[in-house]
Amino acid sequence: MAEEKKAEEKKLFKVTIDNITVDVEPGTTILHAARMVGGDVTPPAMCYYSKLKGSGGKCRTCLVEVAAGSTADPRPMPKLVASCRTTVMDGMIVKNITSERVLEARAGVVELLLINHPLDCPICDQAGECHLQDLSYEHGKEGTRYEFKRRTFTPHNLGEYIQLHMTRCILCYRCVYTANQLTNKREHGILDRGDHAEIATYIEKALDNEFIGNVIDVCPVGALTDKTFRFKNRVWFTKPMDAHRDCPTCSGQVQLWMRGDEVYRVTARKDEWGEVKDTTEGKPGWICNDCRFHKKSVKDWVIEGPTQVNRHSVISQGHYVNTVTPKETLPEVMGGRAPKLLMNIHKVSDVNRPEIQLSKIEGPAHSDDFKPPTP
Amino acid sequence: MQALTNRNKAVDRKPMTLWEKMYIPSIMKGMSITLSHFFKKKPTISYPEEKRPFSPVFRGLHILNRDEEGRERCTACGLCAVACPAEAITMEAAERKPGEENLYREEKYAARYEINMLRCIFCGLCEEACPKDAVYLSETFTPANFTRETFIYKKQDLLIPDPKTEPEQYQKALGSRAKKN
Repeated sequence: MAEEKKAEEKKLFKVTIDNITVDVEPGTTILHAARMVGGDVTPPAMCYYSKLKGSGGKCRTCLVEVAAGSTADPRPMPKLVASCRTTVMDGMIVKNITSERVLEARAGVVELLLINHPLDCPICDQAGECHLQDLSYEHGKEGTRYEFKRRTFTPHNLGEYIQLHMTRCILCYRCVYTANQLTNKREHGILDRGDHAEIATYIEKALDNEFIGNVIDVCPVGALTDKTFRFKNRVWFTKPMDAHRDCPTCSGQVQLWMRGDEVYRVTARKDEWGEVKDTTEGKPGWICNDCRFHKKSVKDWVIEGPTQVNRHSVISQGHYVNTVTPKETLPEVMGGRAPKLLMNIHKVSDVNRPEIQLSKIEGPAHSDDFKPPTP
Repeated sequence: MQALTNRNKAVDRKPMTLWEKMYIPSIMKGMSITLSHFFKKKPTISYPEEKRPFSPVFRGLHILNRDEEGRERCTACGLCAVACPAEAITMEAAERKPGEENLYREEKYAARYEINMLRCIFCGLCEEACPKDAVYLSETFTPANFTRETFIYKKQDLLIPDPKTEPEQYQKALGSRAKKN
């Protein structure tokens, strides 16, 4: 009897994704089961965010083919299903990258997402960590076949910290769920419908909740970006560092994006799916606006060390870790004299002048920030 | 050991013969070789006066291009710098202010743009990476200089002359390879 009960408790569903079988608990979505397998088998997700309740089912990038519904009813599902919203059944056989249909459908979805998305990656601050950019390059859809005018919007100002580029938005609703679930009162949402649907506040209003900065982290594209980091640097020229501080409002566990000793940007730590990582206490690591926008100095933080960056990511470019500086032999040979330095690049170069602290400027730098100081 | 060429000869240490001791025939032999070169085609040119034509794919000094209205094309996207194998390119971006639309083509522009010509290996990867057709390698050499400081090329050194205010210099800087409209 006891054994039976134990077996009942431990009743796990066997699900096969791309010929890899995993045992998952009933009620798990296909996407989650695939994430348990990991690697290339995991369908990409643009709107689903595991830390936000109710998200998913909008972008259709996570479509998979179900080749057999379950052991009890092994008929295949006639259409491709959204893996973020479909729960597994015992004996289900799912095809993701092994299915031609899925890859073709996903390439189509990417192209549809890019119909109204401006290809302005060279000026977009999200470039380099943009999920849509990754997705389009992975599916060979980095060009465009669209010849008509893309939709445009009257610009909305969301306050001094968050920059909204509505033209880049793919209407994933993640920021709406974030505001609903992390703040007391949501001030922004989707206005209008169809082609006119846009993220905005109803009457021009600044978003100023303590945790509203997290909409920047959840945005899969460059629609919501950090105004305090706007145009300051490209993400791949800054070095990500894990750091923490004693914050009364949030966990204080963040990632700093630094150049030298300057803190250019503060974000939450991200996991391998590009979602906010859990803190060491096991809660989602949302960070507060104070940590994100106001602590732009190394003194505010306890730096734990450089973040492990996937070496295929552009962010790891030029970041040399575990370097060994060779021993300086010349002073030894020259009787203690150091060799004559023929040029000190820091004296000649105009870039990264110590008198211009880009990280301390509120908002993007302008031409007058770079003017030489009048003597 | 295997010889690299078939022209090596063992050193001959035999005492010289009378013919060799006279030296004159050997000198004559050498002089005739020298004389024969007077009548051969010269492989060299007298450089500054005479110049060789550049190859159509020659990669020389960089220029930062402007569009037909004279606005800077560069948006400081950083792709040239990330593509640069010598890490010679650095830049700092700024946001265009209202009223600067005639200077910069897009919302964001390079406030600072520097190429360290001492590091540059003229591979042309920056030109290939540029999504805005902003950086090009031209048909000129980097001029020689006595100090290293002059080889840090700033944005004002790299920018092509404005086609509106200085059309002649602009055409000259475009060179012979520029697309004819």
